[in-house]
Amino acid sequence: MIAVRIPSALRPYADNQKEIPVEAASVDSALNILTERFPALKPHLYDETGALRQYVNLFVNEQDVRSLQGGATPLQSGDRMMIVPSIAGGAHAELPTGFRLSL
Amino acid sequence: MTLSLPQSVLQRIWDDGQAHYPEEGAGLILGRLQGETRRGSSLLPLANAFEATARGRRYRLTADDMLRAEAEADRLDLDILGVYHSHPDHPPRPSEFDRDWALPFYSYLITSVQAGRAVESRCWRLTEDRAEMVEEPLEILPQEAS
Repeated sequence: MIAVRIPSALRPYADNQKEIPVEAASVDSALNILTERFPALKPHLYDETGALRQYVNLFVNEQDVRSLQGGATPLQSGDRMMIVPSIAGGAHAELPTGFRLSL
Repeated sequence: MTLSLPQSVLQRIWDDGQAHYPEEGAGLILGRLQGETRRGSSLLPLANAFEATARGRRYRLTADDMLRAEAEADRLDLDILGVYHSHPDHPPRPSEFDRDWALPFYSYLITSVQAGRAVESRCWRLTEDRAEMVEEPLEILPQEAS
């Protein structure tokens, strides 16, 4: 069993729970189980194409899964997986050409 | 839903926006949810991690900062209620970029800083279908609630 920590912005879509125990062998599997159990979470984690939204970051035991094996990162009993949003925004003015937001 | 802030907290948000001018300043509002009111009581000012030459029109709070912020909110037994940021020389209305990046639930407090002086703050929230940002009532308390 692993624990998935839900950020405050997404708790209303997960019965207001901070941590949810999940039986999963990988990060992708944990997300699938989570969104099956709480379907209202899905549109806030994934975009219309099925890709993770740009603000979604995933950590396992405080390590960014992008530095591990991404969604295929294996999970072991006792691991703590965290969904952490990045925040961005800004005024109406256009940016100079060539700017891309990289996380 | 209403965002309620003590005047002293709003003043710190204005001070932060003025200090960052002509760049955008940003941070998090911590507090507690009480019925239909979000009572903000603390701020976590964070670094604007956007590329330096575009910080006048964009802000970004990194996942590492958000990870630390969630831990700090837990330590204080508070929730992250929302995000504040400044719009230098622009009105306090959300842009398409704001909407595109917005999370549900959070209040987004935007402060217009004109020629280095904070002049107006307004609060916004993403609709459930993510289609638009709608204005949320902002209540300013003249004295901090004990």
